[in-house]
Amino acid sequence: MRSTRYALIAGAAATALLATSCSGAGAGGSSAGGDSINVLMVGNPQMEDIAKLTKDSFTKDTGIKVNFTVLPENELRDKVTQDIATQAGQYDVATIGAYEVPIWEKNGWLTELGSYADKDKNFDKADLLKPMVQSLSGSDGKLYGLPFYGESSFLMYRKDVFAEKGLTMPERPTWQQVADLAAKADGAQPGMKGICLRGLPGWGELGAPLTSMVNTFGGTWFTKDWKAQVNTGGFKDATKFYVDLVRKHGEAGAPQAGFTECLNGMSQGKVAMWYDATSAAGSLEDPKSSKAAGKIGYAYAPTMKTDSSGWLWAWAWAMPKTTKKADAASKFMLWASSKEYEQLVGEKLGWPRVPAGKRASTYEIPAYKKASASFGDITLKSIQQADPANPGTQPRPTVGIQFVAIPEFQDLGTKVTQEISAAIAGKTSVDKALNDGQKLAEDVAKNYK
Amino acid sequence: MTTLTELPKPTTRPPVRRTKPTTLSKWRRRFPLLPALIFTIVVTQLPFVATLVISTFQWNILRPDERRFTGLSNYTLVFTDDRLRHAVLNTGVLTASVVVLSVLLGLGLALLLDRRFRGRGLARTLLIAPFLVMPVAAALLWKHAIYNPDYGLLNGTLNAVYRLFGADNGPTVDWISTFPMPALVIALVWQWTPFMMLILLAGLQAQPGDVLEAARVDGASAVQTFRHITLPHLRQYIELGIVLGSIFVVQTFDAVFTITQGGPGSQTTNLPYEIYLTMFRKFEYGQAAAAGVVVVIGSIVIATFALRVVASLFREETSR
Repeated sequence: MRSTRYALIAGAAATALLATSCSGAGAGGSSAGGDSINVLMVGNPQMEDIAKLTKDSFTKDTGIKVNFTVLPENELRDKVTQDIATQAGQYDVATIGAYEVPIWEKNGWLTELGSYADKDKNFDKADLLKPMVQSLSGSDGKLYGLPFYGESSFLMYRKDVFAEKGLTMPERPTWQQVADLAAKADGAQPGMKGICLRGLPGWGELGAPLTSMVNTFGGTWFTKDWKAQVNTGGFKDATKFYVDLVRKHGEAGAPQAGFTECLNGMSQGKVAMWYDATSAAGSLEDPKSSKAAGKIGYAYAPTMKTDSSGWLWAWAWAMPKTTKKADAASKFMLWASSKEYEQLVGEKLGWPRVPAGKRASTYEIPAYKKASASFGDITLKSIQQADPANPGTQPRPTVGIQFVAIPEFQDLGTKVTQEISAAIAGKTSVDKALNDGQKLAEDVAKNYK
Repeated sequence: MTTLTELPKPTTRPPVRRTKPTTLSKWRRRFPLLPALIFTIVVTQLPFVATLVISTFQWNILRPDERRFTGLSNYTLVFTDDRLRHAVLNTGVLTASVVVLSVLLGLGLALLLDRRFRGRGLARTLLIAPFLVMPVAAALLWKHAIYNPDYGLLNGTLNAVYRLFGADNGPTVDWISTFPMPALVIALVWQWTPFMMLILLAGLQAQPGDVLEAARVDGASAVQTFRHITLPHLRQYIELGIVLGSIFVVQTFDAVFTITQGGPGSQTTNLPYEIYLTMFRKFEYGQAAAAGVVVVIGSIVIATFALRVVASLFREETSR
């Protein structure tokens, strides 16, 4: 009996060893190939498009095979941070955002990309929008991420529903006006809710719209001299307003709803309004995936005490220093961020789906202008008027609109939004959530005082 | 334990080989097994030792230059952290309710399946099916096909019932947010009941038929037979189910990650998920390792106690 048990254990262990050694050999083998690269990216529609288009154009032209790994935003960050921070070197290219670039550059994890862009004459680096270049630069002012698409935030609403109910949306609404409109639009059609606002925990999920709202209510996570402000003033007012609005007129299943769920809700006609990323418009205006295509109006991000309140984000290609295929990887990144790729998407998949928001020239392509007539102009203006250095009513310790650019914010933002999500679910009060959040924020602030 | 009394020395030795094996011959016999032993130690114990070492470091991978030895401060944090204490509680509630419910349900199903009826083979296969579904797939199924407030089966059924009575739509219940812990427990019970059922069915079928027949001849009712003969016979099978079930359910990650993401708030955050957050959101390797070590020690202690309790309960039962 005992001997069989040991035999079993030994057998299992041997199998495990075989399995690991095989995978080790496999990984080594592929890195020796040189003509295939591993790309890790977030599962947004624009990334799914590039995964579809790469084989027949990029791989065909260059012979470089691209293996994509696609993950939801939260899981992407787990994986990409792991891979880059531990120098595992599994990926040659990864999509990261405006939050990661400056922090990771400081740790020496990223390859400088500006020089690659300069060498490529067709790339036209000068065409990139200034806020994008700023937010993807390191402390040395050089470019460490090539933007794939850029976004700000705005308010989307169903024009047909508003017309039917006799409601009008101002061009620059205040949050109070939005709440009133949500109350009136609630139930306009069977099963339709007034507004969709993210309730899924995560600093990049619920954290993004909430923090941009906190800014315009006069709040901040930290004052300039690192005093935590989570349970006071504008932060508290904004959170109460947000939670109240979602609970009264928000989408069904709000505590589990993130960007993707709201996108589904809006395109399936389950909500009348949605405050979120400008990049959502591309998918919403595609009749193949959206029942609401052509019926949506766009207004600037709602404000309270500031003149504007849109956030600023870029999904960008970055190359970890560990890659052994810098050449192939850079070719892919330059192609994916090029004007040529935008043309390809426009012609193959339709102009609304172009990964926009990074180049001034995109907004001058006649076909794109026509296709984006309802949202292109307001997207560009929202990006241009976003001010990452000074997004609220008071000075900040770091640069960034809907995040605080410190390594601890991934954890802090996730935990605080977890509590706020619980308040949206009615499982705790906003006061309790924010008092707990304040303690966490004070702990983080200690590292910086 | 009773006090030790000196045993009377045996007057005659049993007829065995007198010569003690020499050290050399002992080692000669062990030698061929040594590589396997060393290998086993390497693959099972070294990772744990590594975890122990890591748990004494302050190590946040986002701050690669600040790694340093901090002694036991990570453990202090583990024991004083509110969130971890909360996670311990959630783990207990989740594990206990899943194991108890699935043992009870499994027992009921096993008793039914123990009878002869037409189509028993088919019924058995169907009942085992949930256990064969991959945990992540099962969790996705529950989250989307059943609990989803928009298109899930539960609300769909509610709507259909309301429509029968002339209403437009039923209430939109957000099951996962309103009942987070029960939502998890039900999904897990669904998955674990077949496992318990299999173990208990094996126990029932190992029951000697003559004892049952004797009980019947003696005029015992079905309930009496079950309570005084079948249940004591099943004791060790139930124990086995509880122990194996607890060990697996304590580690539940897929369901928590997929269905509730530990929320709302931290209401369904169990230890594996909390450690995952420490590791992959906070990137504090030292803290995660310390929490992991505490969990291992804690589960060994609790498993031992639970077993003793169960064993003594049954001993009282049978001695009555």
